[in-house]
Amino acid sequence: MRLITADKISLSADRLSRAYQLLTEAPLSAKFGIIVIAVYIFVALFAPWVAPFGESEIVGRKFQPWDDQFFLGTDHLGRDMLTRIVFGARNTVGIALLTTILAFVLGGVLGILAAVVGGWVDQLLSRIVDVFMAIPALIFAMLLLSIFGTSIVNLIVIMSVIDATRIFRIARAVSMNVVVMDYIEAARVRGEKLPWIIVQEILPNISAPLAAEFGLRFCFVFLTISALSFLGLGIQPPIADWGSMVRQTAVLITFDDYTPLIPAAAIALLTVAVNFVIDWFLHKTSGLKDEH
Amino acid sequence: MNTDHGQYLLEMNDLHIEGFSDGQWHEIVKGFNLELKRGEVLGLIGESGAGKSTIGIAAMGFCKAGCRIKAGRIRFDGIELTDASEETKRKLRGSRIAYVAQSAAAAFNPAHKLIDQFSESVIQHGVGTREEAYADARDLYAKIKMPEPDTIGFRYPHQVSGGQLQRAMTAMALSCRPDLIIFDEPTTALDVTTQIEVLATIRDIVDYFNTSAIYISHDLAVVAQMADKIVVLRYGELIEEAETRQMLADPKENYTKSLWAVRTFKKLSVPRSTHSEPVLRVNDITARYPKATQPVLIDVNFEIHRGETVAIVGESGSGKSTAARVITGLLSPQEGSVEFEGQTLPSDCGNRSLEQLKKIQMIYQMPDTAVNPRHRIRKIVGRPLSFYLGLEGSEKQQRLNELMEMIEMDPKQFLDRYPGELSGGQKQRICIARALAADPGFIICDEITSALDQLVAEGILRLLDRLQQELGLAYMFITHDLATVRAIADRVIVMLDGRIVEQGPKLEVLTPPHHEYTELLLSSVPEMNPDWMDNIMAQRASQKGIQAAGN
Repeated sequence: MRLITADKISLSADRLSRAYQLLTEAPLSAKFGIIVIAVYIFVALFAPWVAPFGESEIVGRKFQPWDDQFFLGTDHLGRDMLTRIVFGARNTVGIALLTTILAFVLGGVLGILAAVVGGWVDQLLSRIVDVFMAIPALIFAMLLLSIFGTSIVNLIVIMSVIDATRIFRIARAVSMNVVVMDYIEAARVRGEKLPWIIVQEILPNISAPLAAEFGLRFCFVFLTISALSFLGLGIQPPIADWGSMVRQTAVLITFDDYTPLIPAAAIALLTVAVNFVIDWFLHKTSGLKDEH
Repeated sequence: MNTDHGQYLLEMNDLHIEGFSDGQWHEIVKGFNLELKRGEVLGLIGESGAGKSTIGIAAMGFCKAGCRIKAGRIRFDGIELTDASEETKRKLRGSRIAYVAQSAAAAFNPAHKLIDQFSESVIQHGVGTREEAYADARDLYAKIKMPEPDTIGFRYPHQVSGGQLQRAMTAMALSCRPDLIIFDEPTTALDVTTQIEVLATIRDIVDYFNTSAIYISHDLAVVAQMADKIVVLRYGELIEEAETRQMLADPKENYTKSLWAVRTFKKLSVPRSTHSEPVLRVNDITARYPKATQPVLIDVNFEIHRGETVAIVGESGSGKSTAARVITGLLSPQEGSVEFEGQTLPSDCGNRSLEQLKKIQMIYQMPDTAVNPRHRIRKIVGRPLSFYLGLEGSEKQQRLNELMEMIEMDPKQFLDRYPGELSGGQKQRICIARALAADPGFIICDEITSALDQLVAEGILRLLDRLQQELGLAYMFITHDLATVRAIADRVIVMLDGRIVEQGPKLEVLTPPHHEYTELLLSSVPEMNPDWMDNIMAQRASQKGIQAAGN
């Protein structure tokens, strides 16, 4: 037993050093992306300590300009903008991440299942997905949110179901190429059950395209949530969120004050950073590097 | 054409070609020299990775993506190909140098008719008009004995058989009457009965037009029929070069001798004792694929006894692999049953018990796709141990070590590798270990050596033979390679169009009198005798003559 744990430790240490080596070899854009993402994660995790004030604390007059006390001024209720942006990282990014994970679990499992089982299961799932995809995502989300009410739980569930349809299509398509392999047939003949075939045989072979898709999807979900919040159907006050912050302070633009652009820039920066990392990842996993 | 450019049509001097992989350049061809006269046929022989195809393509002044010519000269009819512009080389290719690829099915454009693809280079190079090309194509199709030569060109590639497609490609290579044709393993993907026809066609046509050719193959017996001169390659270096007859009669180098000796392995055939119970019995199986109207197997009956190797031979489409799918329970038969150790097995593998499943194991044709590329060897071989036998921890580790020893691979070195870090032969050994891990009584081997080089394949056969003697396993050996059958089988089953046409002990089936189809199959296997094909074609022609006279 002891030997095995020692082996495992050396194995994980080996992996760490390999991951470190990979990072040092990454191109500048990917390094930039990784740093930005790391800063966002840090800010989101330690928001109460990073932010100077409480999340929905009214600390001044409304629409105060930038000064030493309120670094980015105050919003329409007199809350500190910097504080709101810091907490917004936690709420907006957290919800987007949760939604994307849920969408991937749901869409991924169903997609692989459709590819493995085939027949009427595949037909049924694919047609349901077709129906969902026929309706524009944003309009569909607005429709469902106005039916079920705009709570955070509803927002996450509805967004993840809508997004799962896209992931279903991708998971199904890439699984189709794996399902025809002899090793899947070998697993079937061995008597393996569905969960093993899905998790152990297929998932490791489609993880690269799915991981790349995860980054892209995360950005889209993030943008959709911000859009919904901007429209008043997403994250509800008094919770800080970048989308609604743009809407609440939008009027300042007409007075030559660029405060509303800061939450928007926070959204844009994260999207760009995530895409840099994905591009690098895609380049690493696709065999493109060997071509001349 | 003009012959005042010296004695040789093609010359290569000290050719070095490099390939790029893992971040650095590796030399694939290390100083190769070649001289080819007009009308001469050169055979290039070697295992995979020897650089045969790279040299073949270099003869057109071309390199695959990720490769480059580092040094050396390639001179074709006085034209220096290494210095020539793309435009010059483009004019040569197709018109004066032609190429016939290994897989005609992959090389033809599926969206165009055969005759249009034939005419393309003729029109491109300004050799003739479309009408002239069409007429010429019909002539050539007739010359290579294609059925309905006047109309077959108007079919799409998927509408003709594999052998016909390969011949159509040879005709296409001739469309501009080139001085040199490169044949890159043109018959490797074909059945033996088709192969002999394509070979005969190629040789007739090369003789007729006095074309020079480079014939690339790993099959010595094939090259012996085709070439005037043979070059043996290994790791990009020339090992030996001689006239065909001299090379066959008296090889000088040890490596060449080892290639010649590959077909000498023969298992000691054990006669089946009359009172032993069969391990596997297949009773009156008739099976067809869902949505198909024609059955793939019709009334198939056979038995396999303990410690016995039964070879199933036949062309592609004869139902060999379908028989394996019925036995493993991947395809439920319409009629009939499969018995294992006296017990009738459920027809669908989903309904079989673990005890039933573990007794029948399978080894696949392509070791690359038979193991999950994202699993370590430890997991691939270890899964049946924990799945069937419930072994964990140190017991499992010990058994893993034993299994790796059995397949002659070092457990310390290989258990934590991924399949991508192994060679083809090693991967096939891992597949054998995975099958053995289940502690089976019967193993189905589906064309397991056809994707491997001859030397490696022989190692696998010897390993299987040793394991059979130690563990008393029964094998069902699906193959179209009769040399393998001769080497390893105790009994032989010959299949044609889903039916068994002949079965019995190896000696009985392989010695005359044969069933008509067995005769055809056996006589089509190339022999290491340069006169073999002449004799066999003459023999068949005279038989046809007798038949015609009789009618």
